[in-house]
Amino acid sequence: MGMTMTQKILAGHAGLEKVKAGQFIEIDLDVVLGNDITTPVAIKEFEKMGADDVFDKEKVIVVFDHFTPNKDIKTAEQCRFTREFCNKKGIVNFFDVGEMGIEHALLPEKGIVASGDTVIGADSHTCTYGALGAFSTGIGSTDMAAGMARGKAWVRVPSAVKVEITGQPAKWVSGKDVILHIIGRIGVDGALYKSMEFTGDGIKNLSMDDRFTISNMAIEAGAKNGIFPVDEKTTEYLKEHTKKEYKTYKADEDAQYDEIIKVDLSRLRPTVSFPHLPENTKTIDEVEDIRIDQVVIGSCTNGRIEDMRRAANVFKGRKVNKKVRTIIIPATQKIYLECIREGLMEIFVEAGAAVSTPTCGPCLGGHMGILGKGERAVATTNRNFVGRMGHTESEVYLASPEVAAASAITGKISSPESLK
Amino acid sequence: MIVNGKVFRYGDNIDTDVIIPARYLNTSDPKELAKYCMIDIDETFAKRVEEGDIIVADKNFGCGSSREHAPLSIKSAGVSCVIAKSFARIFYRNSFNIGLPILECEEAVNNIGAEDKVQVNFETGEIKNITKNQTYKAEPFPEFITQIIEKDGLVGYVKSKIKD
Ligand code: SF4
Repeated sequence: MGMTMTQKILAGHAGLEKVKAGQFIEIDLDVVLGNDITTPVAIKEFEKMGADDVFDKEKVIVVFDHFTPNKDIKTAEQCRFTREFCNKKGIVNFFDVGEMGIEHALLPEKGIVASGDTVIGADSHTCTYGALGAFSTGIGSTDMAAGMARGKAWVRVPSAVKVEITGQPAKWVSGKDVILHIIGRIGVDGALYKSMEFTGDGIKNLSMDDRFTISNMAIEAGAKNGIFPVDEKTTEYLKEHTKKEYKTYKADEDAQYDEIIKVDLSRLRPTVSFPHLPENTKTIDEVEDIRIDQVVIGSCTNGRIEDMRRAANVFKGRKVNKKVRTIIIPATQKIYLECIREGLMEIFVEAGAAVSTPTCGPCLGGHMGILGKGERAVATTNRNFVGRMGHTESEVYLASPEVAAASAITGKISSPESLK
Repeated sequence: MIVNGKVFRYGDNIDTDVIIPARYLNTSDPKELAKYCMIDIDETFAKRVEEGDIIVADKNFGCGSSREHAPLSIKSAGVSCVIAKSFARIFYRNSFNIGLPILECEEAVNNIGAEDKVQVNFETGEIKNITKNQTYKAEPFPEFITQIIEKDGLVGYVKSKIKD
């Protein structure tokens, strides 16, 4: 019996010929990531473990993004504590205000992750790097501490769900619609404990940014990771971004899958996920008159340059509705700069949107756009749980940048197709 | 180890945002976190919970973010064990890593109600419902997990490895 792509990477990093689903193994790590919320907790555990130095000063990555630039004294103290640790331990890849971006947009951009890598991150959306053909998964702070100390993590080898992608997406359909469609079909625990293995010849029609968006939300289906095969677009991306040597893994022909899901991109429609679970999806055609108070375009799901371009494409020459607070957050400094150079910033500001420095901010209800009682937002983020963006009686609707931008203009959930 | 407590009963997909909302994540002090545990789904939980109490929930408990603050807040609120039909995977590993025992047992979940008095034996996986006079059997922990539990969580496990 063959192995899936995920299983092969795991076996390769555990020094084993073969692994099988359900087996507990210990793997060597190429990247250990933490942010301003999870790293302070990890540092305390790291110290309790009796570790002196981190296992590798270049492979431990710390990014301040959730509550940064710091929103209050408590978050400033957490960052101060973490900053001191990073400096003392000589962490090379420590990204503070001015350099930082939302971690899952930042790491690929900086060339920190390459295909075939094993990555753990004390943040659930660490699964994003599956787009590069890496094994990449979210873990907690204690796991991060153990990873920092020993460069190892325990893993239960996952079984797999295979997602076969065919076709070409229509004009207003992008990565976000693909993943929302899948989650709508299989549910928020549809891939629980499993790896999602994306395959099929439709993948070539998905850009790297689309793939990042898709892998990013694998966790919203309960998956351990969501991985893409390495093709020309991947190697092109890696050539541009990293100097790391990397290895590519391929699933065996006879690999076993628990389930196969087929997705024909040409049949997808812009998709919206209704409160309060990502699985509550509707196509834009099924959405009735839903008035909104806020739009957020950004996050580790949809804050990349293509997302910015897609939004700008809709905003160009138009104004946002007076009743809609529109907040746009390029995910990294590089993307921010690209927005300026490409003239997108002008389009956003002229349309009447607020543009912020990179931060997670409103995505987790942290700061920079919190919802009040009864308010509704369309957001390009990834979670619409109760209270996720603020008051427990507020509502978050998840959508693509295209739909979010169109909704900002009309004041209700709208398709860009409907704009005059 | 045997624990005893009264049950708090919840449904499907209890996510980490209701277990401990992000607005309270500006601290990692377990005692502080305990004060707000479950606040967005059960406002009175933190006031009513007593040492040893048990949370019973349906499927996919702990879905959402990787915040260890979630199992930490539950543990430091005094909860001795969480029983569910299934757990979200990060919550699953975080719980063992910080030393909060969790069990998957569909039969127990289907039969246990709010306020029931329940006793759990971790060695045998036996769950006794004292109120209803029923017994259910959960899967015992996998061997690797037992090793971590024996070392009182991942910290102890890594400590022993570093010393080697
Ligand atoms: S953007 Fe949102 S989901 Fe992504 S890392 Fe930040 S808080 Fe988490």
